[in-house]
Amino acid sequence: MSTHQPPMPQAPAAAPEWQAAPGGPYPGYNSPIPVVRTHLGHALASEWTKIRSVRSTMWTLGVFILLVVGIGLLAGFAVSGSGDLSGQSPLTLGFFGLLIGMMCIITLGVLTTASEYGTGMIRTTMTACPSRGRVLAAKSIVFFVIAFVVTLVTVSFVAMVHASMLKGHGASTPSGGEWLKATVGISLYIALLGLLSLLVGSIIRHSAGAITIMIGAVLAPLVIALFMNASSLEKVQKALLEYSIPSQMGVFYDNTLSSSGPTGWDPLWIILGVTAAAYAGAYALLQSRDV
Amino acid sequence: MIEAVGLTKRYGDKTAVYNLSFQVRPGAVTGFLGPNGSGKSTTMRMILGLDNPTSGTVTIGGYPYRKLPNAPRQVGALLDAKAVHGGRAARNHLLSLAQLSGIPARRVDEVLGVVGLQEVARKRSKGFSLGMGQRLGIAAALLGDPQVLLFDEPVNGLDPEGILWVRNLMKALAAEGRTVFVSSHLMSEMALTADHLIVIGRGQLLADMSVTDFISANSADFARVRTPDTEPQLREKLSSALTEAGGHVLPEQDGALRVTGLPLPRISDLAYEAGVRLWELSPHQASLEEAYMRMTQGAVDYRSTIDQKASLQQQPPPGAQPPMPVPGQGQPGWYAPPPPQQGGQPFAMPTPPSGPYGGAPAGAYGAPGAGAPNPYAAPQGQPPVAAPPVPAAEPSQPAPAAPAADLTKSEDAR
Repeated sequence: MSTHQPPMPQAPAAAPEWQAAPGGPYPGYNSPIPVVRTHLGHALASEWTKIRSVRSTMWTLGVFILLVVGIGLLAGFAVSGSGDLSGQSPLTLGFFGLLIGMMCIITLGVLTTASEYGTGMIRTTMTACPSRGRVLAAKSIVFFVIAFVVTLVTVSFVAMVHASMLKGHGASTPSGGEWLKATVGISLYIALLGLLSLLVGSIIRHSAGAITIMIGAVLAPLVIALFMNASSLEKVQKALLEYSIPSQMGVFYDNTLSSSGPTGWDPLWIILGVTAAAYAGAYALLQSRDV
Repeated sequence: MIEAVGLTKRYGDKTAVYNLSFQVRPGAVTGFLGPNGSGKSTTMRMILGLDNPTSGTVTIGGYPYRKLPNAPRQVGALLDAKAVHGGRAARNHLLSLAQLSGIPARRVDEVLGVVGLQEVARKRSKGFSLGMGQRLGIAAALLGDPQVLLFDEPVNGLDPEGILWVRNLMKALAAEGRTVFVSSHLMSEMALTADHLIVIGRGQLLADMSVTDFISANSADFARVRTPDTEPQLREKLSSALTEAGGHVLPEQDGALRVTGLPLPRISDLAYEAGVRLWELSPHQASLEEAYMRMTQGAVDYRSTIDQKASLQQQPPPGAQPPMPVPGQGQPGWYAPPPPQQGGQPFAMPTPPSGPYGGAPAGAYGAPGAGAPNPYAAPQGQPPVAAPPVPAAEPSQPAPAAPAADLTKSEDAR
């Protein structure tokens, strides 16, 4: 395929009258730069360059780290000052910082795709790489890896600080499974939530709109549930509470709003399913829509 | 080579491009002309596979763009100078595109040198002027050293040095055997750059011909002859003498005569023989810009009008003459010379359309029967003098009606 350069010979035969036109019979042009067959790796390198070369990445991730570490430390100090965790896991305290910090990951996810539409860059990108699915895949992978690594490092740091800080304050010693869930588990969840935002950004193609939708998706179920006091809506209210994103995040810390609902690793499978569906939708729309 | 067949694009009930068929061949600069909103950019986007045509196809080297192997190495495009993320440095922007296309990173510095942006390579493109943005866009188009290049309005915002550079760049690229397709709304620019022209209006093909054909078809040479204003009978005398000798005479607004079909020395001789003194005898050429405007006149979507300032205007004192409009402002036909034939086509194709792309324009705009390339030199039967002699007298002129509308308005306001 890479040697496809001169498909021209059939052209003059198709339109011989051109021979008389200015410009005359053309020799065609062959570039001295070697032609390589591009693949996903090229797109990944390109997306990595893109994501590291804009300031919004540094800002959102910087604020994310600041929030998670800052709020985590504050919570740690508050608890260690006042005394007693009464047998709770010390890792639970990491939840609060992440609850706020996740907004940054959502924002970065949306910006990764939607900002290209906002600036018109997407047309340049899609001209340089007409296979649109590859661009979406590269964006998703690069963003997911960055979000996962940054979240994992930050959350693990905060968890270790908490564990050492609260050792003598009546906290339980977390098991290996609890550690895994509170670091790797929650990081996967947050990264997938960010990936979902990226896909929503690709579907909505408008930064502010997509960020609003994602923040609404995070907060709305809780807020709506607060106003559902009628007994006939009790079940709906309960479901909204249990399956709201903050509540699902709490599951990773065994810190839920109710006793039923998702447990263990369930939230991860739920968000994985939702993200996969969003990916399919974003892919289909990307293929069919005009850029 | 770019080939479009029956290309149509509708956005809702608005048809942006309708049944467009053309070919752009290698080794020449092909100009793509049309008024604002005539579908140039839409066509470009369809060529690049960004927009899907409603019907019809467009291929590059036989492939639709999205199926083209190594597309960025075969096709380079400047669509919109501002189609970059403003927060990214110029070099990083190009680097990401190079990586996406599998082009070595040192090529980035090469093209930055070509367009002259080395100094600002590490600056964010947000702060770039329009001209610098154009240069960055051109750099992106050249990045893959492709054999097909598309430029959408490349000289927008460039300084004179930049315009000259782009002009020479296009010619150099075409001379290397590449296909160069350049859109513009400036005929004058294309006349200097392009070898071949594709003109569209309201999304339909108006003309597809070489620039030389376009010039011979549309730039009618004529002589302006002025006889002494004080003796109108001399003008009549000369007029009949010139017509007798086979010339074709059109009176102009200011009393001069526009003569075609006779060389200047012959006009002078005839005047001498008839005993007519001449105040002026000068050669003229209708510009390509005029010909282009005449061609696209009916296809202009966005037309400027006179600024009436209706609600702000004072009631003029009774008997006061309304101010004459500035010539050229808001009058649709001010620029166009009179149509060559009464009721005929405003613009004549030089030859009957033939070949793979000749079919479309025949109906409304082309004149398949008009064998004469020069509408002034060869009047066909009917006397074209019957045509409105000057554009200002055209019935479509809105100027006389305007002050009246003004009066009623201010009358109502009182």
